[in-house]
Amino acid sequence: MIIKIYNASIVDPFTNKEGIVDIVVDEGIISNVKFKRKIKSITLNLRTSPSILEIDAQGLYVFPGLIDIHTHLREPGYEYKETIRTGTLAAVKGGFTSICCMANTNPVNDNPEVTYYILAKAKEEGSCDVYPIGAITKGLKGDEISDMAMLKEAGCIAFSDDGMPVMNSLIMRRALEYSKAVGAPIISHCEDLNLSEDGVMNEGKLSFYLGLKGIPKASEEVMIARDIILSKNLKTPIHIAHVSTSGSIELIKKAKEDGVFVTAETCPHYFTLTEDAVQNYNTNAKVNPPLRSEKDREAIKEALKYGIIDVIATDHAPHHIDEKKVPFQEALNGISSLETAFALSLNLVHEGILSIRELIEKLTINPSKILKIHKKGIVEGSQADIILVDINKKWTVNKDNFSSLGKNTPFDGWELKGKVLLTVKGKKIFDMRGEN
Amino acid sequence: MKDLVGIKELSRHEIEEILNTAKAFKEVLQRDIKKVPTLRGKTAINLFFEPSTRTRTSFELAEKRLSLDVLNFSVSTSSVVKGETLYDTLKTIEAYNVDYIVMRHSSSGSARFVAEHTPASVINAGDGTNEHPTQALLDAFSIIEVKGRLDGLKIAIVGDINHSRVARSNLYLLSKFDTQINFVGPPTLLPLEAPDNVKIFYDLKEGIKNADVVMLLRVQLERQKGAYIPSLKEYSHVWGVKKEAFSYLKNDTIIMHPGPMNRGVEISTEIADSSRSIILKQVTNGIATRMAVIYLLTPKEA
Repeated sequence: MIIKIYNASIVDPFTNKEGIVDIVVDEGIISNVKFKRKIKSITLNLRTSPSILEIDAQGLYVFPGLIDIHTHLREPGYEYKETIRTGTLAAVKGGFTSICCMANTNPVNDNPEVTYYILAKAKEEGSCDVYPIGAITKGLKGDEISDMAMLKEAGCIAFSDDGMPVMNSLIMRRALEYSKAVGAPIISHCEDLNLSEDGVMNEGKLSFYLGLKGIPKASEEVMIARDIILSKNLKTPIHIAHVSTSGSIELIKKAKEDGVFVTAETCPHYFTLTEDAVQNYNTNAKVNPPLRSEKDREAIKEALKYGIIDVIATDHAPHHIDEKKVPFQEALNGISSLETAFALSLNLVHEGILSIRELIEKLTINPSKILKIHKKGIVEGSQADIILVDINKKWTVNKDNFSSLGKNTPFDGWELKGKVLLTVKGKKIFDMRGEN
Repeated sequence: MKDLVGIKELSRHEIEEILNTAKAFKEVLQRDIKKVPTLRGKTAINLFFEPSTRTRTSFELAEKRLSLDVLNFSVSTSSVVKGETLYDTLKTIEAYNVDYIVMRHSSSGSARFVAEHTPASVINAGDGTNEHPTQALLDAFSIIEVKGRLDGLKIAIVGDINHSRVARSNLYLLSKFDTQINFVGPPTLLPLEAPDNVKIFYDLKEGIKNADVVMLLRVQLERQKGAYIPSLKEYSHVWGVKKEAFSYLKNDTIIMHPGPMNRGVEISTEIADSSRSIILKQVTNGIATRMAVIYLLTPKEA
């Protein structure tokens, strides 16, 4: 198959190139990237053979495939929530061609056998690159650090106990120290479980009103402060997962100014929604950390704008409907995000908070650098890893059309602006042009 | 109206309608024959996921006075943990073709969840720390019986507000009238930010001295373990309402308590048994109020 894309606007932070291009992909390899001064209207040859796909991409963008630093694939162990097959399909439909899957599977990804299993499955059934994240501690229990070097050798690119914080500061210190030898970063889910207690939403007036137990912002901030201090003392990089509060941003900003090797991510729901989304006990808006206040939402947008937050991650957390069709207190945390994350992120461009280039950096080169996965971007001779995007196309979210098995989204029925039309990952082509 | 999930969802007008209906039922209850045939042939189920004797008895009596057939379905939390989801329990009960479901459950928002998933009328008999609407309605009924009105009153609620569904339902009800509300107690048991129209007092005397109504809440013994309070002794010393309060309370202040009381902790015997206390009146009024609520709800036609 040969794909010819004409007149596309390319934005590629890896090659640092922007402009109008014609791109040819020949059997999964980018054979030609031709920059041109201006758009030349073309006549598509409608009689071309079925082995040639020609697209007039005037007004459309071509970006490197997006990278999600924070995905839950649920396999092995929770295949009823999501499989590697369905999760990676959801990823490419949402524009992500590389995803990093968290270790909280069953069994936990704390030994190379699990890592090999994930990689083998991904190779066999996956639609995109899968980079496993190993557990920081065995069984995510927070007691003993896992065999990090062997996990790295098996293919893990980072370590995280996501879902469970490493509560013991000494264990966290050891893990950070040890990771220096391993050469893969620690991603920290920052939460003080004692402060969170059995909270289920943001602590504040609304949690009182709803009679739901609150999770204070301090629960996140206290642990971010701890991890920054540890990282600073040990001179070890640390990546902070899913930042949700303005106080966290203050801490990260200060740390960056002080030269600490700290990077941070947030997720589309934290800059799109506030705690008001749980007003009606909507379990699909129950997520950890919880949706916060308008002040926090504004602070997160600001932090994205000024580069305090480096990465937008999905924290794709699919669940079965039975796990959400229960009273709020009992519902599991998480949003099925892969298929809405990019469109929600494009709102930052539509609102003038980020340029397209800045947004794409947070979804490609920044996570690539943190994870050291050395993506090259759109260059001749390399494997195709590109997405074609209409940043202005309006579409309506319909959870029933998700490729993900997880239909748990608070965005069902929302009209979003910006859609991935085509994802090309090597020889695999995903054509979403016919979808609404 | 199909359900009574919470006071939050009611208008002032709807509250007044319930209270007026309760008044009529109270008259019925003073007659020789206390039963009305209104709901003969209909069925109510009391679905209690948390142990409760008082509330369940009060509801059961109210249901029987309305000539309902009554089923009691008590589920210990442990058996729920082992298997059946609330949704499945609900569907099982629905298959019995009941018309009214009175439910108590430990999860906030569970009453609303159930109401959304069944055609039967759902009456919230307490959901987690969210609401206990019939308690607030019977409290309002009792206050009006003594004071003649709610508008213009100052009400102090004392104790573990954060974990109290009674406090929340009362707050929402009283806020729909022209009242002034004080929350009084240790900071660990009060909201960090005061809700609209509420003043927060850590000092008992300051919080209750001008009140027309003082509502005391039961202190849960397990709060001590959670480090909310150092000890029951200390709580009682600082926030327990004792006979000294007579020296600064207004002459016509009434004392209320949703029960069961911890005598000697949040309330002393002298206060509980004084002429100011309307605690037993609350119990009596509970039946008429619950009759009114059930009577005014209309289950969805199957």
